[in-house]
Amino acid sequence: MAKVLVVTSGKGGVGKTTSTAALGAALAQMGQRVVVIDFDVGLRNLDLVLGAERRVVFDLINVVQGVAKLQQALIRDKRLENLWLLPASQTRDKDALTEEGISRIIAELRTRFDWILCDSPAGIERGAMLAMRFADAAVIVTNPEVSSVRDSDRIIGMLDSKTVKAERGEMVEKHILITRYDPGRASRGEMLSIDDILEILATPLLGIIPESQDVLKASNVGSPVTLHNADSPPARAYTDAVGRLLGDSIEMTVPTERKGFMSRLLGRKAA
Amino acid sequence: MNAMTPQTRQLVRMRGRSYVAFVFSPVVPVAGWLEEVDATLARSPGFFVGKPVVLDLSALDLSSSGISHLVSSLEQRNIRVLGLEGVNEAHVTTSMPPLLTGGRNCMLAENERKDMPENRASAKEQSKAKPKPASLLIETPVRSGQSVVFTEGDVTVLGSVGSGAEIVAGGSIHVYGALRGRAMAGIEGNASARIFCQKIEAELLAIDGFYQTAEDIGDNLRHRPAQAWLAGDVMRIEPLN
Repeated sequence: MAKVLVVTSGKGGVGKTTSTAALGAALAQMGQRVVVIDFDVGLRNLDLVLGAERRVVFDLINVVQGVAKLQQALIRDKRLENLWLLPASQTRDKDALTEEGISRIIAELRTRFDWILCDSPAGIERGAMLAMRFADAAVIVTNPEVSSVRDSDRIIGMLDSKTVKAERGEMVEKHILITRYDPGRASRGEMLSIDDILEILATPLLGIIPESQDVLKASNVGSPVTLHNADSPPARAYTDAVGRLLGDSIEMTVPTERKGFMSRLLGRKAA
Repeated sequence: MNAMTPQTRQLVRMRGRSYVAFVFSPVVPVAGWLEEVDATLARSPGFFVGKPVVLDLSALDLSSSGISHLVSSLEQRNIRVLGLEGVNEAHVTTSMPPLLTGGRNCMLAENERKDMPENRASAKEQSKAKPKPASLLIETPVRSGQSVVFTEGDVTVLGSVGSGAEIVAGGSIHVYGALRGRAMAGIEGNASARIFCQKIEAELLAIDGFYQTAEDIGDNLRHRPAQAWLAGDVMRIEPLN
């Protein structure tokens, strides 16, 4: 039974694309058949984060418009044979997306994959609306700061009213993924605490991804963080989150750096 | 609150809803007025097709048969009358459209806006001469960007009201969670309306047009259960315990 999962947030720059790539790769590593779709038409990034940017021939808009077949646009990951990408078009804009086209593509993908991950663009306009339109479940990516939390609240409201599931009177399964979390700053009160965020959003927590240089490093080499350095704190946090998505009960912790003696002595470099 | 709690039972819900209707106000002589209607229809045939029409007869003094005749004359012109207004109740028979009260004027264009906020709810007592007390219960959190408008009575929210959300009520507002958005009570001139919440972090509170923004709400009240009411022209906000 295929599951359509939208990764969304409302606010930009919180880590939707990074999270889509990491969750998609982790699911594929666990043997699931996964396709990730980039809905950010005109500002595509998912191809870069997955390291597939040099292999894009056809894209989502070509398939929506019937110029290419779905089979021609799907790109298989070089490292994980279960992971596929449907890239966005960089030369078009989001007005080229149509609901009928997306509906047809999702229906076709449902027959071939276990998980269909939709990487939503920021905002609440057409691209974001269509990314969530056919979702069965949603991961709402939130940073521990007020503007991001309020935007997430708005997006949750839309998941509950603007999706096909909501219109049928059903509920989209929703999960909060907190990214760029810095336990040190949170304990000093410089960030919203996890409890504050969950109290405001009244939605279950899927995972806490710590702020880490590993995320940037992985993006720069075109690899999902869960593949690039599976032992890094963010990779372990994403892997735990995927375990919870698959129904395992895994204790909620914030993975930290496994520090050696020297790094404890020389913890931070002065600017 | 867990937003994912599965619903075990589907409750039968009755909702109030308000619609915009055209109001016809015939004048004497009625024959002359009907000619005017014919002239309008000649210019734009089908103008009234599918549109609700209410007949305001306060300018006329018609008997039961007079009203029946007028209604059937309009029906012959393909104008179906949804309800009557301004008629003595004794003259209304069961075969006639029901008597309506409590109508308000409104701009037609405003109600034809396509971008109505989500979760909009409003109700109107249309068929009873005596308005019944009404209230709206919302069992889910009200999210940022959502607007709940209920002009006929109280609004009760079991969850929280998010920052950037708003509740507009004709009566009082009760929030059994944190109130972080805007709450506007007593909007149709009900100065005795109040606002209650479990945790006050509101962006704005208003009762009968008198308002206070977050700036004006004392820090000593923040995060506490509180109520707001009007004492004359002054809004008072005090902790509940």
